[in-house]
Amino acid sequence: MLNDIDMELLEKIAGMHEIPQGAYNIRKNGEKSGRNTTANIDIITKEDKPGINVVIKPNTKGESVHIPVLLTVEGLTDIVYNTFEVGEGSDILIVAGCGIHNPGSSTARHDGIHEFYVRKGARMKYVEKHYGEGKGTGEKILNPKTIVEIEEGGIAELELVQIKGVDRTKRDTEIRLAKNARLIVTERLLTYKDQEAESAISVELAGEGSTARIISRSVAQDTSKQVFNFNITGLNRCRGHIQCDSIIMHEAKVYSMPQISALHSDAQLIHEAAIGKIESEQLIKLMSLGLSEKEAEETILKGFLK
Amino acid sequence: MLELRGISYYAETRNETVRILDDINIKFEDRKLYVITGPNGGGKSSLARIIMGINRPTAGRLSLDGEDITDLDITSRARLGIGYAFQNPPRFKGINVKQLLDISVQSEQVGQTDKKACDTCALLNNVGLCASEYLHRDADTSLSGGEMKRIEIASILSRNLKFAVFDEPEAGIDLWSFAKLAETFENMHRTRNTTIVIISHQERILELADEVIVISGGKIEEVTTKQKILAEITHTSDCSCGTDCGKGVGMNA
Repeated sequence: MLNDIDMELLEKIAGMHEIPQGAYNIRKNGEKSGRNTTANIDIITKEDKPGINVVIKPNTKGESVHIPVLLTVEGLTDIVYNTFEVGEGSDILIVAGCGIHNPGSSTARHDGIHEFYVRKGARMKYVEKHYGEGKGTGEKILNPKTIVEIEEGGIAELELVQIKGVDRTKRDTEIRLAKNARLIVTERLLTYKDQEAESAISVELAGEGSTARIISRSVAQDTSKQVFNFNITGLNRCRGHIQCDSIIMHEAKVYSMPQISALHSDAQLIHEAAIGKIESEQLIKLMSLGLSEKEAEETILKGFLK
Repeated sequence: MLELRGISYYAETRNETVRILDDINIKFEDRKLYVITGPNGGGKSSLARIIMGINRPTAGRLSLDGEDITDLDITSRARLGIGYAFQNPPRFKGINVKQLLDISVQSEQVGQTDKKACDTCALLNNVGLCASEYLHRDADTSLSGGEMKRIEIASILSRNLKFAVFDEPEAGIDLWSFAKLAETFENMHRTRNTTIVIISHQERILELADEVIVISGGKIEEVTTKQKILAEITHTSDCSCGTDCGKGVGMNA
């Protein structure tokens, strides 16, 4: 059964106020806590290791799958392997996320490995939110690994969000695109206190006419640390664009390493990276409209991480 | 009434102190429209930024309706009803035009949401922008300089201010929209109780002035009437060729 803490975590990571419509699988403290399948979306527990297979039938349109993971006890390391089969010609929303409520002093950790097969002409939007809370001193650690294969003409849109709460995270994302496939990755990250976050995204534009865009925006506060390693490799006639934008505050550290590699003369690749403080003119402008300095700062950060 | 008494402003550079403003004394009377003009680098924008509280004067005092505001910060001055339209408005990633205007409208019309939405459209129309096209666009680098500038002006128009300063509102705005803008200022002057100060070099704006203040070399060179300034311009109208004659190229460069 789900209690109040569970419901609060669910709201933070999946925007869920109640049990969602459509297909879902709720995993709590390493065990299945609720599941629903539909005529077009099947969820099957893996037999050889912890995790599930989500199978979306070809041409399934306008349906969604929610697969939140909750950790509400200390001292647990939860590892899952989830595989998603997004059938040909389908158009689907997948909402994943991990909420940790660590009440104690030892570590609560969730390592998820998500594999996606976006079949020919399919369109997938994948939203992954991370959230941690709990008054105890126990660290909240999340290490997600995401592997995405996009077949011919497929479109994948990945929205990766982590705002506060998680103490250590190492995110690893690998994506491979076939002919005319498209990818958009938007990453939003905010770290504070002494949190550390590392994000590596590696994209291979293997097919002719494939395009990829990575837009990363982050805010680093207090003594937190962020490391970004983004790499787009062009193996064919393709277009790729990396945009990394970080706001640095207090005594934080940000390392941003965008990399583009062209292995084909028709590969068009761009990278942009910027790290800087909030522009003082922005603060002044909002203050001159009547906001306090703190309100102005919050407004700017909220917009930036939208 | 906003009064400046003995305002001086020195800026420190690496090895010298530069005098930007020197002993400025002005009384801005309620509900009048002032145009501040004069050569670039004369200290006009610095004066505007000192009024808003962005720059602190090296010497001198400011008061609004008899209350000394010299030590008040930007926010407090804004809440007292002082507004400033930037010469180069900053851009915001992820904040759209509607949100930006909502921030400025917020303090003025709490609880009047319906009216607010409608006002926002009218505001944009007043500065020559089509509301449906702009409300949901981000106020970032995707907007042109002129578009950003007009939104900046709208954000000031949205507030019920005691004192509003517009810093070169004409910059980056095409002639067609400019006529509309001049009308908007005229309308604002006629219908509201705001004291309006416009820093400008434009004849069309000078024509709106109750008083014209010429600032040059950090000092008030003269406080005059639009008739006199405009007559001076007409006297030297044979220099429309674009030579540097002190009113054309020199003033607009």
